[in-house]
Amino acid sequence: MTVLAVKNLSVAFHTESGRLEALKDVSFKVPANRSVGVVGESGCGKSTLINAILGLLADNGEISAGEIVFEGDKDLTRLDAAAMRNLRGQRIATVFQDPMGALNPVLSVGRQMRDIQYRSGLSKRDKDARSVAMLRKVRIPDPESRLAQFPHEFSGGMKQRIAIAMALMMEPALLIADEPTTALDATLEVATIELLKDLQREIGCSVLFISHHLGVIAELCDEMIVMYAGEVVESGTTREIFHDARHPYTQKLLACDPARLSRRVPRLPTIAGTLPDLRRRPSGCVFQPRCDRADAQCLDVPPGASIGGSHIARCWHADIPLGVSA
Amino acid sequence: MSSQDLLSVRDLHVSFRVGGLPARLAGRATEIEAVSGVSFDLQRGTTFALVGESGSGKTTLARTLNGLQPVKAGTILFEGQELQGLSDARMKPVRRRMPMMFQDPVGSLSPRLSVRSLLSEPFIIHGLSSRDLNAEVTRLLALVGLPRDFADRYPHQLSGGQARRVGVARAIALDPVLVVADEPTAGLDVSVQGEVLNLLNDLRDRMGLSMLIITHNLHVVRQIADRMAVMYLGRFVEQGETEAIFRTPHHPYTAALLSANPEPDPDKVHERITLPADVPSLLARPTGCEFHTRCQQAQARCSVDAPAPATVGDTRLTCHFPLNI
Repeated sequence: MTVLAVKNLSVAFHTESGRLEALKDVSFKVPANRSVGVVGESGCGKSTLINAILGLLADNGEISAGEIVFEGDKDLTRLDAAAMRNLRGQRIATVFQDPMGALNPVLSVGRQMRDIQYRSGLSKRDKDARSVAMLRKVRIPDPESRLAQFPHEFSGGMKQRIAIAMALMMEPALLIADEPTTALDATLEVATIELLKDLQREIGCSVLFISHHLGVIAELCDEMIVMYAGEVVESGTTREIFHDARHPYTQKLLACDPARLSRRVPRLPTIAGTLPDLRRRPSGCVFQPRCDRADAQCLDVPPGASIGGSHIARCWHADIPLGVSA
Repeated sequence: MSSQDLLSVRDLHVSFRVGGLPARLAGRATEIEAVSGVSFDLQRGTTFALVGESGSGKTTLARTLNGLQPVKAGTILFEGQELQGLSDARMKPVRRRMPMMFQDPVGSLSPRLSVRSLLSEPFIIHGLSSRDLNAEVTRLLALVGLPRDFADRYPHQLSGGQARRVGVARAIALDPVLVVADEPTAGLDVSVQGEVLNLLNDLRDRMGLSMLIITHNLHVVRQIADRMAVMYLGRFVEQGETEAIFRTPHHPYTAALLSANPEPDPDKVHERITLPADVPSLLARPTGCEFHTRCQQAQARCSVDAPAPATVGDTRLTCHFPLNI
């Protein structure tokens, strides 16, 4: 079953200097019980994508085309504000980058965990019991006594685990995690990934995981999509993309990761050129102005070329594996 | 301090007051030591990296060097001058030699100033406004690889990488000798991160700069730093040459950090050292070796005796039972 299916989604913002197309023809699926990673540089539309799914686009933004189908029957682009409010926090939960910003500093953790169960109809005592059970699941020691404590009394890693506990409390079908490990050191980052994996299995939810840390995606996600300038340029299983990337942008992005270098190099690899101005998208392939494989054909919009299985690269030259020059 | 050393820090302590009268009456701790007994030397023309998790004291240490945080005890010798206890007026010329780049590339620039004003500001602050500021702005933009016409842009019109370049230009405006950069690439994607690190490496070579870099990205450390220190609860638990530490970490915390580093290969089989995730609070520091509550090698002695600093080769560390000896 598919928990989330985004189909041909386009989102535009109306700005003083003109119409800006932040997402263009984005399609992907999040299957049940799977983790899907989203990678791409800042400005590629990752946050816009999350906001569109959550129904939280800014006032000057509009979904100009496409649909977002949740749990098979609800098109989130057509739901009204009240119906969206019923889904958020219940069926679709989120964890953000900054755990301190996600928790209210003047309320105890127990009070906040009780508050998010307001629709459950449970008694105060039962709500607290569920909070304790959830804190235990995210491995907060001595949870009974910690309910009375305030966010500042927890370390950064613990606060992020509490945020995860709160997000998963209502057993959502979909957890959206936006850079949840960026503020943590490597040991806590790995611990948080392991925790997310375990909880996902236990609760049986799907995860949409946004990060620009490629190593984290490789460890956590089953499938991934690569975004560039508001478009999905490549999608497939994590293994397919890390081992056999076919879109030139993906290949370059992977090559830039200093984690791939086992020794110090005089110059770090980079991708020449800059992101296009989204008010004036380049014609044809969106990556064509920065691509060394670009030719006349690339001035036409490339098809999504199937590499095999679910692996798709939106490129005219997707038949060329990494390491083979055009 | 040898003649090669630009900066020499000895037994530095920095503390913050916490709680108020109620805490004091209740007999609770009223002070936390964010930086505790830190000593290191930074040689001219080299890059020194501080790593450690959020809250381990990296930023506090950097701010203290810059005189933005008072010193409780210890000495900071910079170009042979003691900085501890200097007045603001006396610190001003020092900051010109040791500028700081703050976290958050866009947030660290005033949103209401154009790039031209942002780049002119250091000259005006330091009484050098008689210089041809337009020429200086053009020179700085060229140095950091931004087009001339960026002078008329505002921070919200810059990408993260471009904003970071403006931050670098501000830092190098007055020909400094040491740049202190707090998370210079956090929040940037890998390609832009590479560009910024290449720029910093270039400037270091061309201008003979030294750098103190704070980061929790270990891959960045390996690419840019000659020497590094690992911080835990405000202390240096291990410091030495970057390559040596990556090859053979001696402190169990360093070993765990290096083994945890996620790598971009879904099929990689990790031999990880897993640490209990509970980082102790600075308000209730563990006894003995402060890492013993999470350490896998910990023995009875570790919870009682604080280890004295020891030296293995060129690496200095505090541990009773160092690894890989």
